[in-house]
Amino acid sequence: MTAPAGPTRPFDWRPLAVPLALITAWELAMVLGPATTSETLAAPHAVLVGFFTIVADGTLLTATAQTLGAALGGLAAAVAIGLVLGLVLGLSALIDMLLEVSIEAIRPVPSIALVPLAMMIYGFGYRMEMSIIAFTAMWPVMILTRTAIRDLEPRLLEVAKALRMSFSDKVMKIMLPAIAPRVFVALRLAAGVALVVAITVEIASNPQGLGAAMILAQQTFHPELTLAILIWIGLLGYGINHALLYLQRRLFAFGTGSEVSHDAR
Amino acid sequence: MTLARTIGFIASLAVAILFIFLWHLVTLYKLVPPVFLPPPMKTYDALVQGLASGPLLKASLATLQRMLLGWLLACVAGVGIGALVGTSPVLMRYLGPTLEAFRPIPASALIPVLIAIVGLSEGMILSVIAFGALWPMLLATIHGLQSVEPLLYDVAGALRMNMATIISKIGLPSAVPDILAAMRLSLTIALILATVCEMLSGNTGLGQWLLYSARQFSSANLFAGILILGVFGYLTNALMTVAERHLLRWKSPHEANRAGIA
Repeated sequence: MTAPAGPTRPFDWRPLAVPLALITAWELAMVLGPATTSETLAAPHAVLVGFFTIVADGTLLTATAQTLGAALGGLAAAVAIGLVLGLVLGLSALIDMLLEVSIEAIRPVPSIALVPLAMMIYGFGYRMEMSIIAFTAMWPVMILTRTAIRDLEPRLLEVAKALRMSFSDKVMKIMLPAIAPRVFVALRLAAGVALVVAITVEIASNPQGLGAAMILAQQTFHPELTLAILIWIGLLGYGINHALLYLQRRLFAFGTGSEVSHDAR
Repeated sequence: MTLARTIGFIASLAVAILFIFLWHLVTLYKLVPPVFLPPPMKTYDALVQGLASGPLLKASLATLQRMLLGWLLACVAGVGIGALVGTSPVLMRYLGPTLEAFRPIPASALIPVLIAIVGLSEGMILSVIAFGALWPMLLATIHGLQSVEPLLYDVAGALRMNMATIISKIGLPSAVPDILAAMRLSLTIALILATVCEMLSGNTGLGQWLLYSARQFSSANLFAGILILGVFGYLTNALMTVAERHLLRWKSPHEANRAGIA
């Protein structure tokens, strides 16, 4: 609150103090303490060494590719299904009303409940993981698309009517471009969901990807690898979210979807 | 208007029943292998039998108890720590960015780390649920307190309120919309984490029930378990909606609505 707001403000080291102190204390405790060869915890330097080991031998890259591949495949299906459902529900108040109970009955089923079912149908591998990701990540896309269609500027639709546009032209040339910013917000939310669900499914059962790599490291008593992968997952999630935020700002000058809806009103 | 709503709801219910009938037809003509998709009647039988004879009821109650206990622990810790950090500019400077760094880590990814440290006991499951469900509430409390109108703090200073009064009378009420939205998210996280931990540890619960049913290719039991988890998801969500409506009734509908979406 009292920090000088001038252009030559010195670097603020305070946010770094606590993590650095904790890491130093942790390192000292592990190196000097009796728990030098711990099977449950690893010293920070060991985590760093472990990280470079799995980077060098390619296991991290393989696992990351598997997780991201499954997340991306599931996300693509989720966006396709969510977009179509959202369009239909947004355009037709009747269908929306008729499907309300059915959708509200299926939607709250937690993703993880479907893991054993998907396992039974597909066995292990990409398909079971992607089907669960698609189921979970399609809801935000569907809901945001439906709201975006509902909030469309009525004059846009009047223009379409005046131009005697066909239905497909109306959807492709007027509606989709108009809702694109908000659909992108939905895509960003869904991408976050997809990554979390991918890792959860891998930890719960599917023997591939970063989640399974963490479980394997834990079961073979390599805490330094478990921690290294955990931090990597955090960085990955952070990177993907910020990359999508950056894209969102570049593509849609309005910024966020909520601002767009205010503009439309 | 309300009559139209009622008719709409009945029609919607009829459509849902139609879907169940379609499901019945699909299983009747074996369009999907019965190992994967049990007939609706068999699912219902499995549900009723499992609940009446005990095992499914026991598993459901175990999961419900874990979820709620872990969530309550997370609420106390999350809002408590969040209130401390959010009202102290010093703590905020030092801890804010560190706490924020935990946001992108999926709660389930903490499970392998915590298994290594505390093992797969009942206590570990609770600590995993609490730790995983804590972050949304912690960060939302901080965010809510940070976005309090600064003028209100000046008023509090003029009235010579002490810190505890400021937090309970001004800070937390302003942060309630953020906290409630996070509590809803945390409940979902708690349910998922409870189920994952049961799958990994084999402790009695719906997670273990689902895995066991799938291994036995008993799709009726599996669907009964999924159904109960869906009901849990629905009920917790509905309860949070009621709580939000009740606690946020002093807000304008627009603002309350926005908080519900955030």
